[in-house]
Amino acid sequence: LSSGSEVSLSHSNMSESAKPHHPSPQGKGEKSHGGDFSYVGIDAILEQMRRKAMKQGFELNLMVVGQSGLGKSTLMNTLFKSKVSRNKSVQSNPEERIPKTVEIKSISHDIEEKGVRMKLTVIDTPGFGDQINNENCWQPIMKFINDQYEAYLQEEININRKKRIPDSRVHCCIYFIPPTGHCLRPLDVEFMRRLSKVVNIVPVIAKADTLTLEERDSFKQTIREELRANGIDVYPQKEFDEDAEDRMINDKIREMIPFAVVGSDQEYQVNGKRLLGRKTKWGTIEVENIAHCEFAYLRDLLIRTHMQNIKDITGSIHYETYRVRRLNESNGHLESLLGSLPVKRATVFW
Amino acid sequence: MSQADKMDKMKQGQFTNPETPGYVGFANLPNQVHRKSVKKGFEFTLMVVGESGLGKSTLINSLFLTDLYPERVIPGAAEKIERTVQIEASTVEIEERGVKLRLTVVDTPGYGDAINSQDCFSTIIAYIDDQFERYLHDESGLNRRHIVDNRVHCCFYFISPLGHGLKPLDVQFMKAIHNKVNVVPVIAKADTLTLRERERLKRRILDEIDEHGIKIYHLPDAESDEDEDFKEQTRILKASIPFAVVGSNQQIEAKGKKVRGRLYPWGVVEVENPEHNDFLKLRTMLITHMQDLQEVTQDLHYENFRSDRLKRGGRLSSHGYVLPLSPAKAPEPEEMDKDMILQEKEAELRRMQEMIAKMQAQMQNQGEGDGQHV
Repeated sequence: LSSGSEVSLSHSNMSESAKPHHPSPQGKGEKSHGGDFSYVGIDAILEQMRRKAMKQGFELNLMVVGQSGLGKSTLMNTLFKSKVSRNKSVQSNPEERIPKTVEIKSISHDIEEKGVRMKLTVIDTPGFGDQINNENCWQPIMKFINDQYEAYLQEEININRKKRIPDSRVHCCIYFIPPTGHCLRPLDVEFMRRLSKVVNIVPVIAKADTLTLEERDSFKQTIREELRANGIDVYPQKEFDEDAEDRMINDKIREMIPFAVVGSDQEYQVNGKRLLGRKTKWGTIEVENIAHCEFAYLRDLLIRTHMQNIKDITGSIHYETYRVRRLNESNGHLESLLGSLPVKRATVFW
Repeated sequence: MSQADKMDKMKQGQFTNPETPGYVGFANLPNQVHRKSVKKGFEFTLMVVGESGLGKSTLINSLFLTDLYPERVIPGAAEKIERTVQIEASTVEIEERGVKLRLTVVDTPGYGDAINSQDCFSTIIAYIDDQFERYLHDESGLNRRHIVDNRVHCCFYFISPLGHGLKPLDVQFMKAIHNKVNVVPVIAKADTLTLRERERLKRRILDEIDEHGIKIYHLPDAESDEDEDFKEQTRILKASIPFAVVGSNQQIEAKGKKVRGRLYPWGVVEVENPEHNDFLKLRTMLITHMQDLQEVTQDLHYENFRSDRLKRGGRLSSHGYVLPLSPAKAPEPEEMDKDMILQEKEAELRRMQEMIAKMQAQMQNQGEGDGQHV
């Protein structure tokens, strides 16, 4: 956007408060501009949309998938700087802690920052990959995701529908890869292959503080190659880049995924500042230091820069794919009904 | 700074934003939405209705500083006798400070011209309904990526300043469309009235609107967290309805500067002078409420149309899709590789084609018969 306009639209200046200002078409008050005949003021509509968006608030549904012990809950808490994950009692019996099948646990929080309100839902999947036989452990997850699409579709085709359809669709699924340093496991490939078709997947290397920088780079490279070889399209998907600018930004991200992350909800004193980290005898790992791990990139991707895009892809691509499939299924079902009806009834259609 | 610069800076180890403790960063979300809106641009459809010669075209040209009607031919009285109401839509793309607006103005020449104007607005109503119908069709379709919104978001209704209030045609028309579109009544050619006459006429019109139960567009009250100037502006706007306007695209020299106005022997009427007429107020209202007008069209008028339509036409959309849907099938079988998916899709397509052919054959057999629903 060109600067140097008398109307200032808030850009990325974070320290500005959320209080709106109104660029009135002819400047403040009712005085008409002396010689400015060419400015109508339609850019005011942007501010109106902004106000509407702020008033409504935003919804974000994140799913975390990975074996237990990979730090999923901690990472969520680190991302949102508050306890948003399910309560984990440290003292519980290990047998109790690992469920017998994959469970889906949703926890919602209303959080607010600088006047922007968000309903964040973290969907945890305890039990995934934890059994001896993990065949089909992705099915409950697929079903959950499709169920959310179904719920949205039902609302949408209702005759009297709500003004704002509540959005419980999973916008992003963060998949945790254990830091083996070798390659993807068959379970990882199977899961990502299936789920990448219905939801945005962001793979991360969990507990990345077990890898040296060289090990990390070679692991990432192997993973990227394996994803390519298996035709797995993770977010940001190349085919959904809108224009050259998007492609340029997303190419850089695609060179970096999967992000090697470390999570922590403990603060330590480092160089006079209080930072989130993990303290060991040989040093303190600073979570938000990009020289140590890539948590900051993940956070920026998910929250600061691509959050809206993630939701858009979910709505306009994944959900639409589901919808088309359902509408066609319905039609097929109808056709089989048609076959059994007398001819006259069938003329009810257009 | 652009997103690309941000990513570069991140890579160089510098954070673009000061890391205040506890700051997550989703406060940036409105800016992400903003950026997307700017890229997409906006669409707005404005309909103007009123008898010929009330200054509709001049006003529209004044409002948007464009010439939407470059090659206009004004028909004579003889031609007008036989004319029915036409619908003429002109679209213009306006860009200002990076924001693109695709504005469509729907003109309705011939309205109120005939000697007997008994049924002159059925064409207009049909047009509004048609846009709703098209949108419903697109929205229910398979490919929803590029739905064009041609629904009428606002209707300026021009009232003649010469009478003593609303004419019977005005009342009838507004009652016929107030449930389908946002109606904004406008007193045309306001320079025929003195200030006192204008106030009297406004009050009269508002009384008659009340009396006949006409629902015109209501400006929403300013939010409590808006600044005082905006609240005051909203109050002034609400108090001035219906707006009494004068339009002109001619520039006249007045008091040493060039203004848009109309030159009379007794003085100059300045279009953009709030003391002379409500043109600025009308424009301000339109611009600052463009989003709200769209929202009310979508959430109220369109939804009413849609639920009526779905109830009337049975539970079927115009594509023949059954609503509600058949129950969702069990999750996809294990081995769904690409070949199988393709085969399945082809089979489905064949099935659909067969079904359509079957339906067409049946319809031909039935002829005009009882099978035709509205």
